[in-house]
Amino acid sequence: MSPRILRIALPLLVLAAVVLVWDLTVRLFAIPPYVLPGPELVLSTLFADAALLSQSLLVTLAITLEGFLLAAFGGIALAVVFNQWRLIESAFYPYAVILQVTPVVAIAPLLLIYLPQPLAVLACAWIVAFFPVLANTTLGLNSVDHNLIALFDLYKASRWQVLWNLKLPAALPQMLAGLRIAGGLSLIGAVVAEIAAGSAGAGSGLAYRIVESGYRLNIPRMFAALLLLSLAGIAIFFVLSALSNILLGRWHESAVTRER
Amino acid sequence: MTAAGPAIVSLRNVSKAYESGTLALSDFHLDVRAGEFVSLLGPSGCGKSTALRIVAGLSRASAGTVDAPDGGTGFVFQEPTLMPWASVADNVRLPLKLTHADEARSRAAVTQALERVGLAEFAQSYPRELSGGMKMRASIARALVTEPQLLLMDEPFAALDEINRFKLNNDLLRVWQELQRTVIFVTHSVFESVYLSQRIVVMTPRPGRVFAEIAIDAPYPRDERFRTSAEYAASCRKVAETLAQAMGEAP
Repeated sequence: MSPRILRIALPLLVLAAVVLVWDLTVRLFAIPPYVLPGPELVLSTLFADAALLSQSLLVTLAITLEGFLLAAFGGIALAVVFNQWRLIESAFYPYAVILQVTPVVAIAPLLLIYLPQPLAVLACAWIVAFFPVLANTTLGLNSVDHNLIALFDLYKASRWQVLWNLKLPAALPQMLAGLRIAGGLSLIGAVVAEIAAGSAGAGSGLAYRIVESGYRLNIPRMFAALLLLSLAGIAIFFVLSALSNILLGRWHESAVTRER
Repeated sequence: MTAAGPAIVSLRNVSKAYESGTLALSDFHLDVRAGEFVSLLGPSGCGKSTALRIVAGLSRASAGTVDAPDGGTGFVFQEPTLMPWASVADNVRLPLKLTHADEARSRAAVTQALERVGLAEFAQSYPRELSGGMKMRASIARALVTEPQLLLMDEPFAALDEINRFKLNNDLLRVWQELQRTVIFVTHSVFESVYLSQRIVVMTPRPGRVFAEIAIDAPYPRDERFRTSAEYAASCRKVAETLAQAMGEAP
């Protein structure tokens, strides 16, 4: 079999095996659905609660997307500013790191005190997602081939020309790697903030549904919501990978499959 | 073709010390006349690249006077130094783009430069799709596209295999004769310097100084017949001996 088919078939095989073992376990040991629902029940719950869950999915996805876009633009813009003015970088970079290493679960309740709830959730998604964009873009902007910089110097290129024609395109692979990480992280940020907000009594995102279903011992719905969250994460990953492949197209090693 | 033109580059008592304390050049002299093909020959780390970068204005001399054209210089690096995200044509167009040259005239100049190095068919290829020799050709086309008075080349063929190096040597000489421009060529190969140049400046190891200047009087066009001639072999022996002396002089 060709490696391409194997790459798709093998994970699917693993998935089928896990679902089978899960199903058999639930049946053999007669585990009640409020402890562990079987895959069949999870799926049927997914369809039965489709209206409620899809509405929650949209809420979560909207926040994720907003957080991601803010992180992408904020991270790239900040990286450019840091690259152009080293003093600003020295002054602010440590705080970007601090913002990153402080667990967002711990910041979320505080943000909920000071910001209206939707804004607080958005802020959480942004905080976790923007740092990989900033860090990767900064790395890309700083590791431009020094001979190419010399070449631009030779033709007396302006600072703007160096940034636009050299540094930004050179940083594109790292920037896209950062965006790919940020996509997953903004979903995590949104979920964490929703859980924090949910316990404060408001919200209707998927994460909130999980918490709420937990309180009601509606375990099948918990699983169904979790499944949707995973699918959303996978979809985000694939969309961003496709974007990366389109943009890097013919020029970057990471986007080219070599013939042997 | 004799070097009778006016001086285009003149370095006097030039020294270059790096912040690390390394003295790359010390009391270095170089005069190059318009239309000349001059090689700087010396061991790795003797400051010949530094001298070239000073001529290009990419590096500042610590002491001494530097007279070189401000702008109108083409530079070919040791690596092809192409932008991987741009097609060959866009890479070659870059100098014109940076100097805001006229669009239509740029296109003609790019086509001409690519034809000159034999890459016309590969205008729309990307650098990663080219072989090492072809990348270097693209790099040379980019340096030629502004029709510079002065072409500076920093060991451009050092990473190529011998077959490709010989081919590019021949093409470079052909382009030089067609365009009648000045070339300063840095190399650590005795054979390459003799084959290409009218004059070879032999440098001492660090700190780099001029040890000797050797004129190679063989007429152009030079071709494979010259490469296997007794005259070529004799010149190579003489240059190699001089280089050995220059190395021996080091402390």
